[in-house]
Amino acid sequence: MVIGVLALQGAVSEHIKMVTACGVTPRSVKTQADLKGLDGLTIPGGESTTIRKLLVREQMLEPLKKLVQQGFPVFGTCAGLVLLAQPDLLNGLKGTVVRNGFGRQRESFETELTVKGWSKPYHGIFIRAPYLSEVQQPAEALVTLADGRIVAAQQNHVLVTSFHPELTGDTRFHRYFVEKMI
Amino acid sequence: MTETGTTTVKRGMAQMQKGGVIMDVANVEQAKVAEAAGAVAVMALERVPSDIRAAGGVARMSDPAMIKAIMDAVTIPVMAKVRIGHIAEARILEAIGVDYIDESEVLTPADDSYHINKNDYKIPFVCGCRYLGEALRRIGEGASMLRTKGEPGTGNIIEAVRHMEKVNEQISHVAGANPDQLMSISRDLRAPYDLVKQVHDLGKLPVVNFAAGGVATPADAALMMNLGADGIFVGSGIFHSENPAKFAKAIVTATAHPTDWALIAKVSENLGKPMKGIDISTLTDDEKMADRGI
Repeated sequence: MVIGVLALQGAVSEHIKMVTACGVTPRSVKTQADLKGLDGLTIPGGESTTIRKLLVREQMLEPLKKLVQQGFPVFGTCAGLVLLAQPDLLNGLKGTVVRNGFGRQRESFETELTVKGWSKPYHGIFIRAPYLSEVQQPAEALVTLADGRIVAAQQNHVLVTSFHPELTGDTRFHRYFVEKMI
Repeated sequence: MTETGTTTVKRGMAQMQKGGVIMDVANVEQAKVAEAAGAVAVMALERVPSDIRAAGGVARMSDPAMIKAIMDAVTIPVMAKVRIGHIAEARILEAIGVDYIDESEVLTPADDSYHINKNDYKIPFVCGCRYLGEALRRIGEGASMLRTKGEPGTGNIIEAVRHMEKVNEQISHVAGANPDQLMSISRDLRAPYDLVKQVHDLGKLPVVNFAAGGVATPADAALMMNLGADGIFVGSGIFHSENPAKFAKAIVTATAHPTDWALIAKVSENLGKPMKGIDISTLTDDEKMADRGI
């Protein structure tokens, strides 16, 4: 199995480390050609505006969008959530994105999260994070904060988190992606 | 429990900027050009370093109104500079809510004995360094991100190259040292022992390290990425070039694809004139910004 890590900008090495820790071979994805022969892809945290522009410049946005529509497994964190859930971008998950939804860097935070179906809490690191104000079927919320903001969700083969599992040593989200969704 | 301003979220913010370009901008219009080109953040300051050099006098924190206007105009993070050791300027930027504070030798230092105790702030700080001891002292004070000092406002890459190479050579030395040698290394570097130990164990700095001070072309950015920079700061190089929008976009592309030489060649074509540079050897000691705040 080979899992790609979109390597245009952001926390790329952190995702590569997590994928490797799951016992899977990672591949840096920088061009259209790098997308060939992958079993899945993770889109790291970073600046969603920058990653979007670089995807367009590399002519990767449309091919990737097509792959997502065809059922290619993708896991996006933070900027990855923005790219996956925006209908005009990768359109992989039905929901409404609020970018920088918690405020600026001063409001960035860490907190314990309850994940649907998981017995132990997950430590969430939120950095200028987006959230989903709602998701529609077939998307399903996996983590919902007390105030109703959705910060992790899944739609079939697409997994998104507002927070950064790649900044923790806890591989459960990456393992879930690799073991249950591919 | 929910916590803000932790070491993890402060350092993590810099990790999210990796592989990107942070651009100096002097007004809303320039900030929009930077965002459209794909900058990961902008540094709001009234005068870019080469203009500070030309103007002389005391360079201070920028007008909060100007910084706020830029924060309202773009969705990417906004950074701003304070003078070395100027805790009041830092508190003011924290009150405005900028995303990152640069305690910068580009401005005229306010304190020649102490840097700011950056651990005390909810907003993360970036600081300049020329060698490992300086880098670790800044981290000890709470810097969440580093950059080479280079020689700002010169459009001359040689100092940034020296600083990046020096830091990385010293990291290799510490990583390869016998654990028994670490206390002596800590003494020689004038750096905290626990941080020397961390570098030894990790084989790298515990925070992100960008290149800054002299980047003027896409090739300069690619050079620094190949020397191990995590990302690039461009000061005067963009808005003092003949075609800022094109330069900005080309530097972003070169930083994202630092070994795709055919692509870098393509984006380097017909860019027009880069900023005019300065030969470092013509600067007097007083004119060298990198020697400020060691």
